[in-house]
Amino acid sequence: MDELRKKAGELLEASAVKVIIGYENGSDGKTRALFAEKPEETARLVFDSRCVMNLATYVTKKEVRNKGRIGLVATLPVMRAVIQLASEHQVDDAGLLVIGITPESKMVEFKDLAEVEAFVHRYQIEIDSKQKEMLDKLEKMTPSERWDFWIRELTPCFKCYACRAACPMCYCHRCTVDFNQPQWVPVPSHELGNIEWHIMRAIHLAGRCVDCDACYNACPLAIPLNLLTKRMLLDAKEHLGGYQPSIKADHLMSTYKPDDKDNFII
Amino acid sequence: MNIEKRLVRKGSLEKLFNLLKNNGNTIMGPLERNGKTRFASVNSFRDIASGYVQTTQSSKEVAFPRAEKILDYSKNAAGMSVKGIDPAEIPQVVLWGVRPCDAMGIGELSAIFNWDYKDKIYNNRLSRVTVIGFSCEKADEYCFCTSVGGNPGSTEGSDILLTRMGGDGDFLAEIITGKGARIAALSPELFEEAGNPEKDKFLASVPVRFEREMISRKLDKIFESDEWVSQSLKCLGCGACAYVCPTCACFDIQDEAHGRSGSRVRCWDSCGFSMFTLHTSGHNPREVQSQRWRQRIMHKFSYMPDRLSVYGCTGCGRCSRACPADMNILEHLISIQEAEV
Amino acid sequence: MTDNIYMPYLMKVEKITWEAPGVRTFMLKFINEEDQARFDFKAGQFGEYSVYGSGECTFCIASSPTRKGYIECTFRQTGKVTNALAGCEEGSIIGFRGPYGNIFPIDEWKGKNLLFIAGGIALPPMRCVIWNTLDLRDNFKDITIIYGARSVKDLVYKHELDDWKMRKDVRLITTVDPGGESPDWNGEVGFVPTIVEKVSPSSENTVAIVCGPPVMIKYTFPVLAKLGFTDENIYTTLENRMKCGFGKCGRCNVGKYYVCKDGPVFTLAQLKDLPDEY
Repeated sequence: MDELRKKAGELLEASAVKVIIGYENGSDGKTRALFAEKPEETARLVFDSRCVMNLATYVTKKEVRNKGRIGLVATLPVMRAVIQLASEHQVDDAGLLVIGITPESKMVEFKDLAEVEAFVHRYQIEIDSKQKEMLDKLEKMTPSERWDFWIRELTPCFKCYACRAACPMCYCHRCTVDFNQPQWVPVPSHELGNIEWHIMRAIHLAGRCVDCDACYNACPLAIPLNLLTKRMLLDAKEHLGGYQPSIKADHLMSTYKPDDKDNFII
Repeated sequence: MNIEKRLVRKGSLEKLFNLLKNNGNTIMGPLERNGKTRFASVNSFRDIASGYVQTTQSSKEVAFPRAEKILDYSKNAAGMSVKGIDPAEIPQVVLWGVRPCDAMGIGELSAIFNWDYKDKIYNNRLSRVTVIGFSCEKADEYCFCTSVGGNPGSTEGSDILLTRMGGDGDFLAEIITGKGARIAALSPELFEEAGNPEKDKFLASVPVRFEREMISRKLDKIFESDEWVSQSLKCLGCGACAYVCPTCACFDIQDEAHGRSGSRVRCWDSCGFSMFTLHTSGHNPREVQSQRWRQRIMHKFSYMPDRLSVYGCTGCGRCSRACPADMNILEHLISIQEAEV
Repeated sequence: MTDNIYMPYLMKVEKITWEAPGVRTFMLKFINEEDQARFDFKAGQFGEYSVYGSGECTFCIASSPTRKGYIECTFRQTGKVTNALAGCEEGSIIGFRGPYGNIFPIDEWKGKNLLFIAGGIALPPMRCVIWNTLDLRDNFKDITIIYGARSVKDLVYKHELDDWKMRKDVRLITTVDPGGESPDWNGEVGFVPTIVEKVSPSSENTVAIVCGPPVMIKYTFPVLAKLGFTDENIYTTLENRMKCGFGKCGRCNVGKYYVCKDGPVFTLAQLKDLPDEY
């Protein structure tokens, strides 16, 4: 942790970045995002297992970007998000410097996003075993059982869009759900409105989701909506040969290859 | 009316619940799912959640549902027929297990729906609600009711307030309104002589953290302050705070068509969303999140007291608990109180 | 009906006038005669117009309260509801709630000169008060109208502009932005603030009413100040986004004011007291 604070302080001191986004202690034993703009503020940085929020969600936010080049404290899922954002032309080396935290909680420095990408590629995205179990359980259900499960889970959703706001990949200035010509998704949070919203969101994240669980962690009602995007990840792996965010690679869902499988088309 | 004090045995609570249920009431009580609690229709006394400091969602839905039909229309050969909501369709509801801060929120919500134009749809719903509040035996670091005019045993907004006397003890029942008295009259034997127990000693302790009048005065002077930007940098711009809040009342009106007929629906909205004020032309009066965060605080602590003579915050702390970015309203209010102007 | 404040009156689209590209005026008549008899409004007020199945949108009432038996609205086809309105034909049935909001204080303007300055699609809110004052012409001294649009084809109420041009008791100056003129255009060419400066109307015993796009308003106010208009004698209307129209939905809240209740008509003096959130 001292190493992280020191590095962050140096970067600000040298004006290599204008703001460091990391974690600090928050309410009730939780951590929250810290935006350090002065070297002395980096003393508030913390890092431990409580730091699960995906801070990459802030790098596309206008008021944060306006501050200048960002130094981002990034765990593996955050780095994956950064690489995906880079491949979608949302971040570049001029605007972002990554200060990595390895899965072993060691700080790792990167010269540029290419190095971040190389680091990210050392690890495969592995779905958590408990969640995998739940996905298998859902898979074994009949379609009507599965429908009932989702209706039950999604009924409490009041469409606060915390899932969207917390997701680093949901950076669109105007989300599909906010379009009204035509009105693709009903605005009210009734059964149809909720189902359509969550399905639409999952589909838009297919081949882009970095499995960080930010959406689930953000949901004030603890709806397991990450199961939808995880299903997409597994399907991508099974049908399209896996997914790993890459700066220059073709996008999984928006690129047609002659040998793409079509066995999932009903 | 004077508040009448009675004793309800802990074993009688279920009897009271069943009595109300069998009397044609829909009972809206706290139900737990995935570790979160919300008010929903309860079938069995045993399903009611317990042990929570505060429910995840507020009880405002009982009078202000998240998506509520305000009219039906149908197009036919003769032209158009439009019909409003028949109040007879609105159920009689007993709101069970509400904390005093939520009960107090009903008054604040009512102020919004009744200044100037009276919103009969809201009022019709509320008139059919009887509130059975439960005092707070415990509080957490997010609670600040005592800073905004409430307290863990406040009777404001409840028709009957139950206070548990000691860990597993019986309940002190305070019968506050005529609606409450009608419930007590349903089964007088459940409401025994109470004597004069010392209610305060059974209540959670919630220290006063700020003075709300001082916040209002400060807000008049810090509209242009950088404080709003630094407070809201981590705000993600979702609507979680507004949707769990007992007093947030901003809404949208949407038409839902099904062929030649359909409904007009009033549904929750939030000043935290960038779309909230966006004009069709593309112009947005509150373009960035700091302006929207400022609006939230100003509305609750300056505009509402100014226009409606009530504050828009009951200190329930829900917004802070629900915030995915850990925006803690209490911290922010204290820092506003301490801001130098 | 009066019980449900969200319940619109049913209105029949009696007549549609094409004003400019994408801009139409609807003349609306009450389906129910009792509604018609009960209905009253004053210049400056607005309403919520609805196409059932698409939703509601907010515009001022563009006809004068002195013209009884109907109301008119003028809108540009841009959003979901205005597109649905554009799909209406003469004889279609739509909804209308209102009137809402405050009014132009024309009683206070008696004996004064009136200077109306409008730009583009912002003439409709002013047309109501222009006809209102013209119908009570003897109450006021000189009436001057300066109206500009991007191009000749964007000028709305063309037939009425001709009407006002012919009248001896109105001074009408029309202008189009540079490049927007047609070969036969004989009005002014230039942006509205520039033309106001050129015309240089006297501020003596005069109130100015200014409606237009934000940029036009921004540059017109200083010109008026230079001409000696006080902030109290300059009126404008705010066009914040609204849903309910009666101070509940929270959308048009600016500072402690609700544009739907305390507006849409504001003096420049009041505007200066508002946070810059409109």
